Amino acid sequence: MTKITASTCCYCGVGCGVLIEHDQQRIVDVQGDPGHPANYGRLCSKGSTLHKTGDLAARALHPQLRLGKSLGRSRVDWETAMEHAASTFAAAIAEHGSDSVAFYVSGQLLTEDYYAFNKLARTVVGTNNLDSNSRLCMSSAVVGYKRSLGADAPPCSYEDIEQSECVLIAGSNMAYAHPVLFRRLEQAKVDNPNKRVIVIDPRRTDTCEIADLHLAVEPGTDVALFHGLLHILIWEGWIDRDYIAAHTAGFEALKSLVNDYTPALVSEICGIPADQLRTAARMIGSASSFLSLWCMGLNQSTSGSAKNNALINLHLATGQIGKPGSGPFSLTGQPNAMGGRETGSLSNLLPGHRDAANEEHRDEVAAFWGVDSLPATPGLSAIELFEAVRAGKIKALWIACTNPAQSVPDQTLVHEALRACPFVVVQEAFAHTETCQFADLLLPAASWGEKEGTVTNSERRISHVRRAVTPPGEARPDWAIACDLARRLEQRLRPGEPSLFDFHTPAELFDEYKSLTAGRDLDYSQLSHALIDQIGPQQWPFRAITGHGTARLYTDGHFATDDGRARFVSEPYLPAREQRDATFPLTLNTGRLRDHWHGMSRTGTAAQLFGHVEQAQLAMHPLDMQRRGLSDGQLASVSSRRGQINLPAVADEQLRPGQAFIPMHWGDRFLKGLGVNVLTQPAFDPVSKQPELKQAGIEVTPAQLPWELYVLVEGDVQQRFDVLRPFCEQFPFASFALAGRERAALVMRAADRNPPQPELLAQLDEMLGLDSGAILTYQDSHGAVDKCVKIEHGRITAIRLAGETAARDWLRGVWQSGDTNPSLRRWFLAPLHSPPGGGVAADKTVCSCMNVSASRIKAGIEDGQDLDGLKRSLGCGTQCGSCVPEIRRMLTATPQPA
Amino acid sequence: MKKLKLVMVGNGMAGVRTLEELIKLTPELYDITVFGAEPHPNYNRILLSPVLAGEQSFEEIVLNDLDWYRNNGVTLHAGRKVIEIDRVRRRVIAEDGTEASYDRLLLATGSNPFILPVPGSQLEGVIGYRDIADTRTMMNTAKTHRHAVVIGGGLLGLEAANGLKMRGMDVTVVHIGQWLLERQLDETAARLLQCALEDRGLRFLLPQFTSELIDDGSGRVCAVRFKDGTQIPADLVVMAAGVRPCTELAEKAGLACNRGILVSDTLQTYDPKIYAIGECAAHRGVAYGLVAPLYEQARVCANHLAMLGYGRYEGSVTSTKLKVTGIDLFSAGDFLGDEDCQCITLNDPVSATYRKLVIKKDKLVGACLYGDTSDSGWYFQLIKEQTNIAAIRGLLMFGEAAAMPPALQPAVFQATSSAPTNTGSAGLRNRAVEPNRQQGLIGAQRLDRSTPATEPAHD
Repeated sequence: MTKITASTCCYCGVGCGVLIEHDQQRIVDVQGDPGHPANYGRLCSKGSTLHKTGDLAARALHPQLRLGKSLGRSRVDWETAMEHAASTFAAAIAEHGSDSVAFYVSGQLLTEDYYAFNKLARTVVGTNNLDSNSRLCMSSAVVGYKRSLGADAPPCSYEDIEQSECVLIAGSNMAYAHPVLFRRLEQAKVDNPNKRVIVIDPRRTDTCEIADLHLAVEPGTDVALFHGLLHILIWEGWIDRDYIAAHTAGFEALKSLVNDYTPALVSEICGIPADQLRTAARMIGSASSFLSLWCMGLNQSTSGSAKNNALINLHLATGQIGKPGSGPFSLTGQPNAMGGRETGSLSNLLPGHRDAANEEHRDEVAAFWGVDSLPATPGLSAIELFEAVRAGKIKALWIACTNPAQSVPDQTLVHEALRACPFVVVQEAFAHTETCQFADLLLPAASWGEKEGTVTNSERRISHVRRAVTPPGEARPDWAIACDLARRLEQRLRPGEPSLFDFHTPAELFDEYKSLTAGRDLDYSQLSHALIDQIGPQQWPFRAITGHGTARLYTDGHFATDDGRARFVSEPYLPAREQRDATFPLTLNTGRLRDHWHGMSRTGTAAQLFGHVEQAQLAMHPLDMQRRGLSDGQLASVSSRRGQINLPAVADEQLRPGQAFIPMHWGDRFLKGLGVNVLTQPAFDPVSKQPELKQAGIEVTPAQLPWELYVLVEGDVQQRFDVLRPFCEQFPFASFALAGRERAALVMRAADRNPPQPELLAQLDEMLGLDSGAILTYQDSHGAVDKCVKIEHGRITAIRLAGETAARDWLRGVWQSGDTNPSLRRWFLAPLHSPPGGGVAADKTVCSCMNVSASRIKAGIEDGQDLDGLKRSLGCGTQCGSCVPEIRRMLTATPQPA
Repeated sequence: MKKLKLVMVGNGMAGVRTLEELIKLTPELYDITVFGAEPHPNYNRILLSPVLAGEQSFEEIVLNDLDWYRNNGVTLHAGRKVIEIDRVRRRVIAEDGTEASYDRLLLATGSNPFILPVPGSQLEGVIGYRDIADTRTMMNTAKTHRHAVVIGGGLLGLEAANGLKMRGMDVTVVHIGQWLLERQLDETAARLLQCALEDRGLRFLLPQFTSELIDDGSGRVCAVRFKDGTQIPADLVVMAAGVRPCTELAEKAGLACNRGILVSDTLQTYDPKIYAIGECAAHRGVAYGLVAPLYEQARVCANHLAMLGYGRYEGSVTSTKLKVTGIDLFSAGDFLGDEDCQCITLNDPVSATYRKLVIKKDKLVGACLYGDTSDSGWYFQLIKEQTNIAAIRGLLMFGEAAAMPPALQPAVFQATSSAPTNTGSAGLRNRAVEPNRQQGLIGAQRLDRSTPATEPAHD
């Protein structure tokens, strides 16, 4: 008998409600919660497959400790683990001071987890060295809101997406990153044909499929673009002078700044026709409501703060804020980036939207917590933190619920730092993230569906995250681990004093924390877990008088500044740190795939989510590939000023020449060589300290690795992954993926300069179970070609091609189809790119929900079907809808019968 | 004009093929006389195994019936064994006193089964496997007795064993080698073959050494005893442990012999008026036992007898096939390879197919196929023509269709994969080459040369 528990999705900042079907031990299904106002029942391809993720074999189940860097970790009990951790932290603090330890936490923690860590760092430890991966995500937006509007508060609601007449999407591939909101936008555009959508993105992403206008700007030129738009708006008189006069300050300075940003100049800087700029300005200026949505394209930049403010300037100048369908609306990347900001869990913040640098704020919070004072020394932000770790200044580092050895730019530095740090604790649900290998102490954390608390989504809505099942093994909720550490540290650092961490439930943490919001812009001091259960998820500020949350801020034109006036921020356009030059003539952009999330700790355990894009690859414009002698799919060597990596290059006309793209997800576990972020740069915005992950100078050359290896092995995916990944350290190129749906397989590719010794293949075959059973083999000793396929019950269950791998794709197709027809068997080991007579083709899965491949959709289009016809005949795009933009693109690209 | 006299001793496949070739070239040059020890016209010895297995009748395997001899003016003395050659008077004398004088003499005496020199080898129920008489003995014994033992795991032994099994006997094959058919297969292929035959109910003892055949008391064999002391029941023992060329007649006549009658590249013996061909002849130290080289010899010998004088025989690359229905194997050339060779193997235990190609200096020098012999003709051609295969090395294993240029591939793929490649030699002789030529597959020349080569003779 299964039960249903209402909770939220653990991926992006949309914060969709989910209904978890479970038997209290195991989660069996996930549906969208029709009653949740973020998604009204919808889920995307990631959310709807949550129950297929989190393979137990990939989970951390028991505390593990090592007492020396060269030793392996062994299992210990929680008591030993926590005593050791507390002693080590206490010793470091005693010997080197409070700032010799640091906490690096996550936008995926729940508000209660965050609060526990924050209070621990600021009170018991006495350091501001607490930063979150939100530093890589939202800190520029925080600065943007605070500087322009006075508080870190996105003023809009999701319903504004429906209500707006003109929606500007800047630096966001919303179709991939926030699919459920994109569905709402798609539907709204169908319902209101007058609605205009402008997309600003250097790439032609799937989001552009509903754009009336796509401005394919040069990367990093957004400030110039926004100033250029304001220039035209002012020139054309499309600004709201009354609003400016009544509610803002600083317009004159801005006006004189943007006077220089003429359409001709902006056109040159941004690399777009001046006409497009004028069209965009007209759309904005003539619309009755104007909403902007943005994400990492603006935030992850050395001028991320300036970009945010330049965009908000447009809203203030046109008065398009504080009313339905209008406002600057930043989309958050993580499920609880907002909660982290609210609880002040960044080195420069304090709970309740307070600042650590503000003495008055410090005193307020210290008084509330009952301590003498809070530390005044500025804390280290993420990039500074890892630099300090490498420099030996941090003696003990606590990492919770995040994977910096994958996600932080300049991975060479990060790996050096983590290797050198005397004591690293990693509190993690998944045992094999890139960061876990550095853990001296690995603590198993409860994950989605296993823990309770609250999260705040992009529209300031607080949802109650409910526990459905028991955490596996000995995993504990993050807040409980933090409180446990705090109490043990208290015994060592504040002996005899009453504990500040007498919390036994997340509700108790929430109830203490919420009082810190009282009287602040985000006030939800009257809310509680129980009340949310009663009246549903609420948007802050939550006023007890009205009994409900607040859909829209600043409706009265009164802002959260001291004088109530919003500020125009006048900062000039500054180019990104790394411009193209002769040595690194291409610009590397990073971003999301549709079906993966972040460093793939979770999505990387679900084979189905690899169907859309199977492996790490570099996308480039075909002309750039041609110039470098690269053919489609060929292995390329990619280098930046910081590192080098090998991966396949694929042609992509959605990119402009001179640009390249690698998805952000691929870390060292999936792509040997420290992953994509070995290339990206740590330079950061001077105010927000957010690094410029999206723009690095690179060069690409063909990789000279003629010996290729391809492996597909069904079953025991995580176990095999754990064995094979270290094995692949010896190859200059190695890439991993999962494949399949009901039956999962591990896929591995590698390449080398020369063929390896035969013993190595024998060793590999043993790991793959290719040393026994019915194995088809092909061996050419001289050509170093050695291929084999395992057959069980007539089906392929393992493939290992070495030397040449021409047949890999169609063989994978045969595997996936479970084909037992023996007629093709004699061709399995032939060096053929397709089987004789064609037929079996392995291509990408466009519709993940209904398992519809690109080739079937293409065939449907060639038969003359339109989107509705395809939906009817194939079922694609009828479930989560995440693939609809791509189908639309295919419809445009494929010539249809006359 | 008086015709020259040609006498042939031996009425087997190699000899009669020489006559056929000769008559084609010069029908009027010779008066031809043939002595045959067996009381039959020329039959296809290769097909004795299908006869034993009950798949064909004797009549079906006769190659040249009596009419053929008559129509071509060939005098046949069937059932008359020649016992002497008088080289001085240029005549031969048969057991029954029949004499014939010659201008040219062709020795085609073939070979005899090697009977192991163990105690009991003369007992009743112990036979070789050479001719239709042996075949009939086996067929008759199968009706009355149960236990058969075949000594020798070569082609002939396995065919005999299979035939006896088909006739309902319990059959055990005793073999001294590490694996079956060592001269035709490598170990992998041989193991596949052994499994397949075991599935049919044959038993194998290998390596095992026969020490004695036991008398049942009445002069008939009743068991086989081995060196390790064990023994198994045997009502019939078939010796298939190799053959010895029949050279007694030649030796007696003073012709040089060394494991065969020594012949030159024109198949002439030490005495230039005397030719020798077939299994009795040793050419450059090799006595061939397969039909394809013998037919090549026959063509050269006929050419020389016809006094055309431009044919030379320089030895053959051989290939073999086992005639056990449902079992396809093929080997040719140096299929084991040496240190200078590179091997490519393809092994499919699921469908029990195996292929091994041996390459030396970018040329195919040997092939061993088990289970799927569909490309054997092509491989054999590549071996014989010493074609450079460097450019198609990766696809070589997957046959001619795959290795063809892509543009031609679809049509070719269908044409070759469905074309039967293993037919009996009777069928072969009647096979039209024209349709193949129309398919654009392979020229008549190639078919003519390669296909017979896939047909084995008794080893």
